Amino acid sequence: MRHFRETIYKRVFTILAFASLLFLTGIVLTLFVEAYPFLVSHDISRTLFGLYWYPTYDPPEFGMLPLITASFVVTLGAMVVCIPIGVGTALFLHELASASQRAVLKPLIEILAGIPSIIFGFFGMIIVAPFIQGLLDIPVGLNAFTASLVLGIMATPTVASLTEDAVSFVPRSFREASLALGATRWQTLIRVVMPAAGSGISTAIILGIGRAVGETMVVLMVAGGAAVIPGSVFDPVRPMTATIAAEMGETVMGSPHYNALFAIGLTLFFITLAINIVAEIISRRFRLKLGLGR
Amino acid sequence: MQVRNAGCFTRIFSCLLFLLVLVPVVSCSDPEARNTLTIKGSTTVLPVVQIGAEVFMDRNPWAVISVQGGGSGVGIASLIDRTTRIATSSREIKAEEIERAKAAGVHPYEIVVAMDGIAVTVNPSNPVDNLTTEQIRDIYTGKVSNWQELGGRDREIVVISRDTSSGTFEAFEKLALEGRKVRPDALVTASNQVVNTTVAQTPGAIGYLGYGYISGRVKAVGVDGVRPSGETIRTGSYPLSRPLYLYTDGKPAGEVKRYIDFLTREEGQRLVQEQGFIPLRQGGRYSGQWHGPSLQAAGDHARLSKCLDGKCNGHLRRGRPLIEKRPRRVS
Repeated sequence: MRHFRETIYKRVFTILAFASLLFLTGIVLTLFVEAYPFLVSHDISRTLFGLYWYPTYDPPEFGMLPLITASFVVTLGAMVVCIPIGVGTALFLHELASASQRAVLKPLIEILAGIPSIIFGFFGMIIVAPFIQGLLDIPVGLNAFTASLVLGIMATPTVASLTEDAVSFVPRSFREASLALGATRWQTLIRVVMPAAGSGISTAIILGIGRAVGETMVVLMVAGGAAVIPGSVFDPVRPMTATIAAEMGETVMGSPHYNALFAIGLTLFFITLAINIVAEIISRRFRLKLGLGR
Repeated sequence: MQVRNAGCFTRIFSCLLFLLVLVPVVSCSDPEARNTLTIKGSTTVLPVVQIGAEVFMDRNPWAVISVQGGGSGVGIASLIDRTTRIATSSREIKAEEIERAKAAGVHPYEIVVAMDGIAVTVNPSNPVDNLTTEQIRDIYTGKVSNWQELGGRDREIVVISRDTSSGTFEAFEKLALEGRKVRPDALVTASNQVVNTTVAQTPGAIGYLGYGYISGRVKAVGVDGVRPSGETIRTGSYPLSRPLYLYTDGKPAGEVKRYIDFLTREEGQRLVQEQGFIPLRQGGRYSGQWHGPSLQAAGDHARLSKCLDGKCNGHLRRGRPLIEKRPRRVS
């Protein structure tokens, strides 16, 4: 009887584990199948490097370069915001904060991580955008800069908590050895703890990038939505995710436009896949360098 | 022997019982017998059909109506794959959609439920009160980029548009831009509400949205000297006005017909007005040249062939948007 139950548990959990594989396959297949009619009927390089996104005109133009550029610009901007704040927060929490400070800060960061993205979007649109517009005296507050700022704030908790985990995995002996050799706390932190936690910190950053690239609601509400390659960070932009979200609802199903939106989705999928692969490679390399690999 | 007989009897009895239970279940799942009515489509038309459905269900307790948004394209696609009985749309059905419908054995039937005007709005601090269609076109195509050129202050124009697949955009493009392309660096927003917020926050902004969505924080400008109002939109003297549609598979019948009759007659049209749209008639009289029953009797076959000839676009003329669809004209 006991053996029988064990077998059942094993089966159930195997099925559950493979379920996610099933979903992944399903999603990838759908993306390919729906994007396929577009990919075979349009020149791929002209699509990827085309400058104009006019999907509903006759003849339609499906230039994705402005959308891809926008995603990159906004993500880069978000990283500029969230890496210093996120990594700084983690180091403070781990190295400097007293127990009581940590007891307040850690739950707060977790709450920030749990706020739905649409709330960030509202916050960006109603508060941050008019503020930036007035502060810098620019024509419109909904632009790449504001979107980066809000996205950066949103990705901060991810980076902070993962970095904190990474730092806490650094063996105590490393720190003690460094301090014993007469290094100051600052030197220990920068020269010993940070490199030792490097793989974890870079994974944290890359997961933060992943979150920013795929984020939809915030960029839909805050980035402005102009499908042009921005001349400056204060120009409105339109990332890939925002394009899909804004246009999918009203497009004719099965039309070239519909398939083109799936092609954007496929591009986005490949970008996030590349990000994940890079994260894996970096984390492996760091681990080996420090002799922490198995 | 006796035991076996008893078992047989039980089996027959349970079979009968099963059938008794099954029969009502089967008849319930029959879509004709069930009173559930699904309506899906344009978010512009959504408030009208929503409030209409609520009041209709109050009056007719047997009716179950489910209303969903999703967009004009989604609504028509759902009509084609038969997951909705009524599709709502803020634009006319496209020729390719009619073709797809025909291939799926669905015959779209068109009913106009209300009139909508597209208001052009600016920030209240902007002194400009009136624009011509030509000026609007110049702003949106990028020919004019400073309010000074239009008699306003020296301020860059922030052009706000809607996503290119929204019904409001399509109507605006057809009515105001005459098919010309919006400047690529125009801000694209995903809803009427966002247009309101952005225009209210941005001193140099210009945006467009459904007449029913104008908020008190923005200023609607006159177009070609005509202010948008119920009267000017209904009569069509306001240049940027358009009809809102319902589509059904074939001529409406049964529950669908009852609901649509309700919506297009007096009480339903009052709800239309309450939602900020323009009713089809005033004081019991149909406006424009449209007369006849509450269902527009556009022959779908005639319209189908017209659309397959590629002639169904651009029929939205100023003044009498509904005449062209009367069957007499078509045939």
